[in-house]
Amino acid sequence: MRFADAMTDSIRVMTAQLASDPASMIFLPLGEALRRRGQLEAAEKVALAGLGRYPESADAHDLYARVLGDRGQLELAFDEWDIALRLEPDHVGAHKGIGFLYFVAGELDRALAHLETAARQLPDDDGAQTALARVKEALARRAAAGNGAGREMDGAALADQLAPVPIADPSRLFLGLEGAGDGLLLLDTRGLRLGGGLTSPDGDDVADTVSAHLAGVSQEASRTARLLGLGEWISLAAESPDGHLFAVAPTPETLLLLVREQGVPLGRLGVVADHAAGVARAWLEGLR
Amino acid sequence: MQEFATALDSITRVHGVRGAMLVSLSDGLVVAESSMDGVDGVPVAALTASLAGRLRRTTEAAGRRPPTFIHLRATTGTVLAVPSHDDLLVVAIGAPDINVGLARLEMLHVAERGI
Repeated sequence: MRFADAMTDSIRVMTAQLASDPASMIFLPLGEALRRRGQLEAAEKVALAGLGRYPESADAHDLYARVLGDRGQLELAFDEWDIALRLEPDHVGAHKGIGFLYFVAGELDRALAHLETAARQLPDDDGAQTALARVKEALARRAAAGNGAGREMDGAALADQLAPVPIADPSRLFLGLEGAGDGLLLLDTRGLRLGGGLTSPDGDDVADTVSAHLAGVSQEASRTARLLGLGEWISLAAESPDGHLFAVAPTPETLLLLVREQGVPLGRLGVVADHAAGVARAWLEGLR
Repeated sequence: MQEFATALDSITRVHGVRGAMLVSLSDGLVVAESSMDGVDGVPVAALTASLAGRLRRTTEAAGRRPPTFIHLRATTGTVLAVPSHDDLLVVAIGAPDINVGLARLEMLHVAERGI
Protein backbone atom coordinates (compact mmCIF):
# COMPACT_ATOMS: atom_id res chain seq x y z
CA MET A 1 0.00 0.00 0.00
CA ARG A 2 1.39 3.41 -0.95
CA PHE A 3 1.99 5.86 1.86
CA ALA A 4 -0.58 8.31 0.46
CA ASP A 5 -3.20 5.56 0.24
CA ALA A 6 -2.43 4.40 3.75
CA MET A 7 -2.75 7.99 4.96
CA THR A 8 -6.11 8.40 3.25
CA ASP A 9 -7.37 5.15 4.74
CA SER A 10 -6.13 6.17 8.13
CA ILE A 11 -7.94 9.52 7.88
CA ARG A 12 -11.10 7.76 6.76
CA VAL A 13 -10.97 5.34 9.67
CA MET A 14 -10.26 8.07 12.19
CA THR A 15 -13.05 10.24 10.77
CA ALA A 16 -15.50 7.37 11.15
CA GLN A 17 -14.26 6.74 14.65
CA LEU A 18 -14.74 10.38 15.60
CA ALA A 19 -18.22 10.38 14.09
CA SER A 20 -19.22 7.34 16.13
CA ASP A 21 -17.59 8.61 19.30
CA PRO A 22 -17.38 12.43 19.26
CA ALA A 23 -15.79 12.41 22.71
CA SER A 24 -12.85 10.38 21.44
CA MET A 25 -9.39 11.89 21.62
CA ILE A 26 -8.84 10.61 18.11
CA PHE A 27 -9.39 14.16 16.91
CA LEU A 28 -5.73 14.75 17.79
CA PRO A 29 -4.14 12.27 15.36
CA LEU A 30 -6.89 13.01 12.83
CA GLY A 31 -6.24 16.76 12.92
CA GLU A 32 -2.54 16.17 12.63
CA ALA A 33 -2.97 13.78 9.69
CA LEU A 34 -5.13 16.36 7.89
CA ARG A 35 -2.58 19.08 8.62
CA ARG A 36 0.20 16.96 7.22
CA ARG A 37 -1.80 16.42 4.06
CA GLY A 38 -2.24 20.17 3.74
CA GLN A 39 -5.99 19.99 4.38
CA LEU A 40 -5.74 22.91 6.72
CA GLU A 41 -9.39 23.91 6.68
CA ALA A 42 -10.46 20.42 7.67
CA ALA A 43 -7.65 20.20 10.21
CA GLU A 44 -8.75 23.48 11.75
CA LYS A 45 -12.35 22.30 12.05
CA VAL A 46 -11.25 19.11 13.74
CA ALA A 47 -8.93 20.99 16.10
CA LEU A 48 -11.58 23.55 17.02
CA ALA A 49 -14.21 20.87 17.63
CA GLY A 50 -11.74 19.06 19.84
CA LEU A 51 -10.91 22.24 21.69
CA GLY A 52 -14.60 22.88 22.22
CA ARG A 53 -14.88 19.54 23.95
CA TYR A 54 -11.50 19.57 25.68
CA PRO A 55 -10.63 23.24 26.33
CA GLU A 56 -8.11 22.21 28.97
CA SER A 57 -6.19 19.83 26.76
CA ALA A 58 -2.71 21.18 26.06
CA ASP A 59 -2.44 18.76 23.15
CA ALA A 60 -5.56 20.23 21.57
CA HIS A 61 -4.14 23.76 21.82
CA ASP A 62 -0.86 22.47 20.40
CA LEU A 63 -2.66 20.93 17.44
CA TYR A 64 -4.59 24.12 16.75
CA ALA A 65 -1.39 26.15 17.05
CA ARG A 66 0.33 24.00 14.44
CA VAL A 67 -2.57 24.43 12.07
CA LEU A 68 -2.49 28.20 12.63
CA GLY A 69 1.27 28.16 12.09
CA ASP A 70 0.80 26.43 8.75
CA ARG A 71 -1.75 29.08 7.81
CA GLY A 72 0.75 31.80 8.61
CA GLN A 73 -1.27 33.08 11.58
CA LEU A 74 1.74 33.14 13.82
CA GLU A 75 0.43 35.49 16.49
CA LEU A 76 -2.61 33.30 17.03
CA ALA A 77 -0.37 30.23 16.99
CA PHE A 78 1.76 31.85 19.67
CA ASP A 79 -1.32 32.44 21.81
CA GLU A 80 -2.39 28.82 21.52
CA TRP A 81 1.03 27.51 22.47
CA ASP A 82 1.10 29.96 25.33
CA ILE A 83 -2.19 28.53 26.58
CA ALA A 84 -0.81 25.01 26.18
CA LEU A 85 2.16 25.91 28.34
CA ARG A 86 -0.06 27.42 31.00
CA LEU A 87 -2.06 24.21 31.08
CA GLU A 88 0.98 21.97 30.91
CA PRO A 89 4.24 23.79 31.63
CA ASP A 90 6.37 20.93 30.31
CA HIS A 91 4.47 20.50 27.05
CA VAL A 92 7.19 19.74 24.54
CA GLY A 93 5.24 20.65 21.43
CA ALA A 94 4.41 24.05 22.83
CA HIS A 95 8.00 24.73 23.87
CA LYS A 96 9.14 23.76 20.42
CA GLY A 97 6.53 25.87 18.66
CA ILE A 98 7.06 28.96 20.78
CA GLY A 99 10.81 28.51 20.49
CA PHE A 100 10.57 28.65 16.71
CA LEU A 101 8.33 31.68 16.81
CA TYR A 102 10.74 33.56 19.07
CA PHE A 103 13.51 32.55 16.72
CA VAL A 104 11.65 33.94 13.73
CA ALA A 105 10.99 37.11 15.68
CA GLY A 106 14.68 37.41 16.43
CA GLU A 107 14.23 36.99 20.18
CA LEU A 108 17.07 34.54 20.43
CA ASP A 109 17.43 34.32 24.19
CA ARG A 110 13.79 33.41 24.64
CA ALA A 111 13.98 31.01 21.69
CA LEU A 112 16.99 29.37 23.27
CA ALA A 113 15.21 28.74 26.57
CA HIS A 114 12.22 27.08 24.93
CA LEU A 115 14.18 25.08 22.39
CA GLU A 116 16.61 23.86 25.01
CA THR A 117 13.66 22.54 26.99
CA ALA A 118 12.24 20.86 23.90
CA ALA A 119 15.59 19.46 22.77
CA ARG A 120 16.34 18.13 26.24
CA GLN A 121 13.10 16.20 26.26
CA LEU A 122 13.48 15.09 22.65
CA PRO A 123 17.11 14.13 22.17
CA ASP A 124 16.28 12.20 19.00
CA ASP A 125 14.21 14.92 17.37
CA ASP A 126 16.20 16.30 14.45
CA GLY A 127 13.89 19.32 14.12
CA ALA A 128 14.35 20.44 17.70
CA GLN A 129 18.08 19.73 17.70
CA THR A 130 18.63 21.54 14.40
CA ALA A 131 16.62 24.54 15.52
CA LEU A 132 18.52 24.70 18.77
CA ALA A 133 21.81 24.54 16.89
CA ARG A 134 20.66 27.39 14.62
CA VAL A 135 19.71 29.54 17.57
CA LYS A 136 23.08 28.93 19.16
CA GLU A 137 24.84 29.79 15.90
CA ALA A 138 22.78 32.95 15.58
CA LEU A 139 23.56 33.92 19.17
CA ALA A 140 27.25 33.36 18.50
CA ARG A 141 27.07 35.52 15.36
CA ARG A 142 25.19 38.20 17.24
CA ALA A 143 27.79 38.19 19.95
CA ALA A 144 30.49 38.58 17.31
CA ALA A 145 28.79 41.12 15.07
CA GLY A 146 26.15 42.88 17.13
CA ASN A 147 22.39 42.37 17.24
CA GLY A 148 20.06 41.62 14.36
CA ALA A 149 20.81 38.02 13.53
CA GLY A 150 18.17 35.36 13.89
CA ARG A 151 15.71 36.21 11.17
CA GLU A 152 17.19 33.84 8.65
CA MET A 153 14.53 31.20 8.93
CA ASP A 154 12.03 31.59 6.12
CA GLY A 155 8.39 30.49 6.12
CA ALA A 156 9.07 27.15 4.49
CA ALA A 157 11.72 26.27 7.01
CA LEU A 158 9.36 27.28 9.79
CA ALA A 159 6.65 25.06 8.41
CA ASP A 160 9.09 22.16 8.40
CA GLN A 161 10.13 22.86 11.92
CA LEU A 162 6.56 23.13 13.12
CA ALA A 163 6.22 19.41 12.67
CA PRO A 164 4.58 17.85 15.67
CA VAL A 165 6.40 16.47 18.61
CA PRO A 166 7.90 13.41 16.99
CA ILE A 167 6.49 10.02 17.57
CA ALA A 168 9.31 7.80 18.66
CA ASP A 169 10.99 5.94 15.89
CA PRO A 170 9.56 2.43 16.32
CA SER A 171 12.72 0.76 15.21
CA ARG A 172 14.64 2.59 17.90
CA LEU A 173 12.14 2.29 20.70
CA PHE A 174 11.66 -1.46 20.64
CA LEU A 175 14.73 -2.40 18.65
CA GLY A 176 15.72 -6.02 19.19
CA LEU A 177 12.39 -7.05 20.71
CA GLU A 178 9.96 -9.52 19.19
CA GLY A 179 7.66 -7.60 16.85
CA ALA A 180 9.55 -4.35 17.26
CA GLY A 181 7.89 -2.73 14.25
CA ASP A 182 4.50 -4.42 14.32
CA GLY A 183 2.57 -5.63 17.31
CA LEU A 184 4.04 -3.43 20.01
CA LEU A 185 2.48 -0.09 20.83
CA LEU A 186 3.30 2.46 23.48
CA LEU A 187 0.66 5.10 24.10
CA ASP A 188 -0.25 7.70 26.66
CA THR A 189 -3.40 7.77 28.77
CA ARG A 190 -5.10 9.98 26.18
CA GLY A 191 -4.72 7.30 23.55
CA LEU A 192 -1.95 9.00 21.62
CA ARG A 193 0.73 6.76 20.21
CA LEU A 194 4.18 7.43 21.57
CA GLY A 195 5.96 4.67 19.74
CA GLY A 196 5.71 1.27 18.12
CA GLY A 197 3.47 0.12 15.33
CA LEU A 198 0.57 -2.16 14.55
CA THR A 199 -0.95 -3.44 11.35
CA SER A 200 -4.12 -5.44 10.89
CA PRO A 201 -4.04 -8.93 9.36
CA ASP A 202 -4.93 -7.18 6.08
CA GLY A 203 -1.81 -5.04 6.31
CA ASP A 204 -3.53 -1.77 7.20
CA ASP A 205 -1.82 0.55 9.64
CA VAL A 206 -4.13 0.55 12.65
CA ALA A 207 -1.72 1.84 15.29
CA ASP A 208 -3.32 5.23 15.84
CA THR A 209 -6.88 3.95 15.74
CA VAL A 210 -6.16 1.19 18.22
CA SER A 211 -4.30 3.63 20.45
CA ALA A 212 -7.29 5.95 20.47
CA HIS A 213 -9.59 3.10 21.50
CA LEU A 214 -7.33 2.40 24.45
CA ALA A 215 -7.54 5.94 25.84
CA GLY A 216 -8.38 5.66 29.50
CA VAL A 217 -8.27 1.87 29.63
CA SER A 218 -5.52 1.99 32.22
CA GLN A 219 -7.65 4.11 34.54
CA GLU A 220 -10.63 1.85 33.96
CA ALA A 221 -8.61 -1.27 34.79
CA SER A 222 -7.24 0.50 37.83
CA ARG A 223 -10.70 1.51 39.07
CA THR A 224 -12.04 -2.00 38.57
CA ALA A 225 -9.16 -3.60 40.48
CA ARG A 226 -9.38 -1.11 43.34
CA LEU A 227 -13.12 -1.38 43.63
CA LEU A 228 -12.73 -5.11 44.09
CA GLY A 229 -9.98 -4.64 46.63
CA LEU A 230 -7.50 -6.34 44.34
CA GLY A 231 -4.77 -3.71 44.60
CA GLU A 232 -3.05 -2.31 41.54
CA TRP A 233 -3.70 -3.82 38.14
CA ILE A 234 -0.75 -5.59 36.56
CA SER A 235 -1.91 -6.73 33.13
CA LEU A 236 -4.96 -6.94 30.95
CA ALA A 237 -5.24 -9.71 28.38
CA ALA A 238 -7.87 -10.37 25.74
CA GLU A 239 -8.06 -13.59 23.76
CA SER A 240 -9.67 -13.40 20.38
CA PRO A 241 -10.12 -16.28 17.91
CA ASP A 242 -7.53 -14.69 15.65
CA GLY A 243 -5.21 -12.85 17.97
CA HIS A 244 -4.30 -11.96 21.52
CA LEU A 245 -3.98 -8.51 23.07
CA PHE A 246 -1.89 -7.99 26.17
CA ALA A 247 -1.61 -4.63 27.94
CA VAL A 248 0.60 -3.48 30.79
CA ALA A 249 1.37 -0.02 32.17
CA PRO A 250 5.11 0.71 32.04
CA THR A 251 4.37 3.93 33.95
CA PRO A 252 1.16 5.42 35.38
CA GLU A 253 0.96 7.72 32.34
CA THR A 254 1.51 5.12 29.63
CA LEU A 255 0.14 1.86 28.33
CA LEU A 256 1.97 -0.77 26.36
CA LEU A 257 -0.02 -3.02 24.07
CA LEU A 258 1.25 -6.26 22.64
CA VAL A 259 -0.69 -7.96 19.84
CA ARG A 260 0.15 -11.46 18.67
CA GLU A 261 -1.43 -14.21 16.68
CA GLN A 262 -3.71 -16.64 18.48
CA GLY A 263 -1.10 -19.41 18.58
CA VAL A 264 1.19 -17.47 20.90
CA PRO A 265 0.39 -18.42 24.51
CA LEU A 266 -0.71 -15.63 26.82
CA GLY A 267 2.08 -16.55 29.22
CA ARG A 268 4.61 -15.86 26.50
CA LEU A 269 2.97 -12.50 25.86
CA GLY A 270 3.42 -11.64 29.52
CA VAL A 271 7.14 -12.26 29.30
CA VAL A 272 7.54 -10.19 26.12
CA ALA A 273 5.34 -7.42 27.53
CA ASP A 274 7.37 -7.20 30.73
CA HIS A 275 10.56 -6.94 28.72
CA ALA A 276 9.09 -4.31 26.39
CA ALA A 277 7.76 -2.35 29.36
CA GLY A 278 11.28 -2.18 30.77
CA VAL A 279 12.56 -0.88 27.44
CA ALA A 280 9.73 1.67 27.32
CA ARG A 281 10.45 2.88 30.85
CA ALA A 282 14.11 3.39 30.00
CA TRP A 283 13.14 5.25 26.85
CA LEU A 284 10.65 7.46 28.70
CA GLU A 285 13.23 8.17 31.36
CA GLY A 286 15.63 9.26 28.64
CA LEU A 287 13.09 11.81 27.40
CA ARG A 288 12.89 13.49 30.79
CA MET B 1 -33.08 -17.56 38.43
CA GLN B 2 -32.24 -21.11 39.52
CA GLU B 3 -30.54 -21.64 36.15
CA PHE B 4 -28.39 -18.59 36.74
CA ALA B 5 -27.40 -19.81 40.19
CA THR B 6 -26.52 -23.26 38.89
CA ALA B 7 -24.44 -21.81 36.10
CA LEU B 8 -22.53 -19.53 38.44
CA ASP B 9 -22.01 -22.26 41.02
CA SER B 10 -20.05 -24.30 38.50
CA ILE B 11 -17.64 -21.37 38.30
CA THR B 12 -17.41 -20.56 41.99
CA ARG B 13 -16.49 -24.17 42.72
CA VAL B 14 -13.17 -23.66 40.92
CA HIS B 15 -10.20 -23.21 43.24
CA GLY B 16 -9.46 -19.57 43.91
CA VAL B 17 -12.75 -18.16 42.62
CA ARG B 18 -14.29 -15.80 45.17
CA GLY B 19 -17.39 -14.91 43.28
CA ALA B 20 -19.07 -14.85 39.92
CA MET B 21 -21.73 -12.79 38.23
CA LEU B 22 -23.64 -12.36 35.04
CA VAL B 23 -23.63 -8.86 33.65
CA SER B 24 -25.62 -7.33 30.85
CA LEU B 25 -23.01 -6.21 28.32
CA SER B 26 -25.09 -3.47 26.81
CA ASP B 27 -26.00 -1.62 30.01
CA GLY B 28 -23.55 -2.98 32.59
CA LEU B 29 -26.23 -4.13 35.01
CA VAL B 30 -25.98 -7.17 37.25
CA VAL B 31 -28.19 -10.03 36.05
CA ALA B 32 -27.18 -12.54 38.71
CA GLU B 33 -24.38 -12.98 41.20
CA SER B 34 -23.00 -15.68 43.43
CA SER B 35 -20.73 -15.62 46.49
CA MET B 36 -19.88 -11.96 46.10
CA ASP B 37 -19.59 -11.30 49.86
CA GLY B 38 -18.15 -7.91 50.65
CA VAL B 39 -18.16 -6.80 47.04
CA ASP B 40 -20.59 -4.25 45.65
CA GLY B 41 -21.54 -5.92 42.40
CA VAL B 42 -23.21 -2.89 40.84
CA PRO B 43 -20.15 -0.74 40.09
CA VAL B 44 -18.05 -3.81 39.38
CA ALA B 45 -20.56 -4.92 36.75
CA ALA B 46 -20.61 -1.48 35.15
CA LEU B 47 -16.84 -1.20 34.99
CA THR B 48 -16.29 -4.75 33.80
CA ALA B 49 -18.85 -4.34 31.04
CA SER B 50 -17.26 -1.06 30.04
CA LEU B 51 -13.82 -2.65 29.95
CA ALA B 52 -15.12 -5.57 27.90
CA GLY B 53 -16.79 -3.18 25.47
CA ARG B 54 -13.63 -1.18 25.09
CA LEU B 55 -11.58 -4.31 24.43
CA ARG B 56 -14.10 -5.47 21.87
CA ARG B 57 -13.81 -2.18 20.01
CA THR B 58 -10.02 -2.33 20.29
CA THR B 59 -9.72 -5.85 18.87
CA GLU B 60 -12.07 -4.92 16.06
CA ALA B 61 -10.01 -1.82 15.31
CA ALA B 62 -6.97 -4.09 15.20
CA GLY B 63 -8.71 -6.16 12.53
CA ARG B 64 -9.40 -9.07 14.88
CA ARG B 65 -12.62 -10.69 15.99
CA PRO B 66 -14.06 -9.75 19.41
CA PRO B 67 -12.45 -11.23 22.52
CA THR B 68 -13.67 -14.55 23.85
CA PHE B 69 -11.81 -14.29 27.14
CA ILE B 70 -10.57 -11.33 29.18
CA HIS B 71 -8.14 -11.52 32.07
CA LEU B 72 -7.39 -8.56 34.34
CA ARG B 73 -4.56 -9.42 36.72
CA ALA B 74 -3.97 -7.31 39.83
CA THR B 75 -1.60 -7.53 42.77
CA THR B 76 -4.00 -9.37 45.07
CA GLY B 77 -6.50 -10.90 42.72
CA THR B 78 -7.88 -11.47 39.29
CA VAL B 79 -10.95 -10.63 37.23
CA LEU B 80 -11.94 -12.95 34.40
CA ALA B 81 -14.66 -12.23 31.86
CA VAL B 82 -16.21 -14.16 28.99
CA PRO B 83 -18.75 -12.54 26.67
CA SER B 84 -21.62 -14.79 25.71
CA HIS B 85 -23.69 -14.74 22.55
CA ASP B 86 -26.77 -13.37 24.30
CA ASP B 87 -25.37 -9.97 25.34
CA LEU B 88 -24.20 -11.27 28.68
CA LEU B 89 -20.81 -11.20 30.28
CA VAL B 90 -19.79 -14.03 32.57
CA VAL B 91 -17.50 -12.54 35.22
CA ALA B 92 -15.41 -14.29 37.86
CA ILE B 93 -13.39 -12.68 40.61
CA GLY B 94 -10.56 -14.69 42.07
CA ALA B 95 -7.54 -14.86 44.29
CA PRO B 96 -4.05 -14.47 42.83
CA ASP B 97 -3.64 -18.27 42.90
CA ILE B 98 -6.88 -18.89 41.02
CA ASN B 99 -6.81 -21.78 38.59
CA VAL B 100 -7.27 -19.56 35.55
CA GLY B 101 -7.34 -22.41 33.06
CA LEU B 102 -10.13 -24.26 34.82
CA ALA B 103 -12.12 -21.11 35.56
CA ARG B 104 -11.82 -20.14 31.91
CA LEU B 105 -13.16 -23.52 30.80
CA GLU B 106 -16.15 -23.30 33.15
CA MET B 107 -16.89 -19.74 32.08
CA LEU B 108 -16.67 -20.60 28.39
CA HIS B 109 -18.95 -23.56 29.06
CA VAL B 110 -21.52 -21.31 30.72
CA ALA B 111 -21.27 -18.73 27.95
CA GLU B 112 -21.57 -21.27 25.14
CA ARG B 113 -24.39 -23.18 26.78
CA GLY B 114 -26.39 -20.02 27.07
CA ILE B 115 -28.22 -19.00 30.17
